[in-house]
Amino acid sequence: MFTIFSAVIIIFSVLTVTSRRILRAATFLLFVLVATAGLYFMLRFNFLAAIQLTLYAGGIIVLIIFSILLTSQIGQKLDTATWKKKLVAFIAAAFGAVICIITILANKFPVEATSAGSTNVRLIGQSLLNTGKYGYALPFEVISILLLAAMIGAIVLAKKRKD
Amino acid sequence: MFEGVPLTWFLIVATLMFFIGIYGFLVRKNLITILMSIELILNSVNINFVAFNKILYPDHLEGMFFTIFVIAVAAAEASVAIAIIINIYRRLINIDVEKMNEMKY
Repeated sequence: MFTIFSAVIIIFSVLTVTSRRILRAATFLLFVLVATAGLYFMLRFNFLAAIQLTLYAGGIIVLIIFSILLTSQIGQKLDTATWKKKLVAFIAAAFGAVICIITILANKFPVEATSAGSTNVRLIGQSLLNTGKYGYALPFEVISILLLAAMIGAIVLAKKRKD
Repeated sequence: MFEGVPLTWFLIVATLMFFIGIYGFLVRKNLITILMSIELILNSVNINFVAFNKILYPDHLEGMFFTIFVIAVAAAEASVAIAIIINIYRRLINIDVEKMNEMKY
């Protein structure tokens, strides 16, 4: 199961950054996000997987596809970067990936044998609005203000000016 | 289901996804495809958080809450970025980063 999901993630990530048609790239990104939600389901974070499906796959992808339809012609192929730029970017990315993977493989992660906590929605809601230990009331409020500011900013930026 | 899968594999998948996103960020010229690369990067970080949370500390929920907040920040960032992209398109009629040199001279 993990193999299938990770293979889907890797293959469609590569297709997302290399596809020359922009609408196809958005569709491949959708597959990547749905496979990630599958990984969350596999780890039994059901609520998180539901958030991933509705917000990422449902919200952000639809937003991206709308903006693609507003700003570019369908069927138009993107012009690719030069070979030199591609090579430099590939070397940078491969170098970073190799260093990270070597570090990960060199590190041992001690697994403590603790009992699995429950992740039901009641516990999540109580933690989100709790101000004590393991409470996330402050980040919750900050993120709500951030979302409000982003909403107002997006409306003001995308509004048509009279001048 | 996931008991046979070690943490290292999750981390390797997330690392590969992160650097594919970096590659796309460096290579792409269209603003919307750059935004899609950023989404890939944020998503790989989410996988890291969730895997650490579930496999190393299964009795806590910190990784999950951080993932929820990262998803919310990603949504805010995508909406503002798309508003900016639409504004740029309205003024310059293209969204190619190499042709945008209005403010250069």
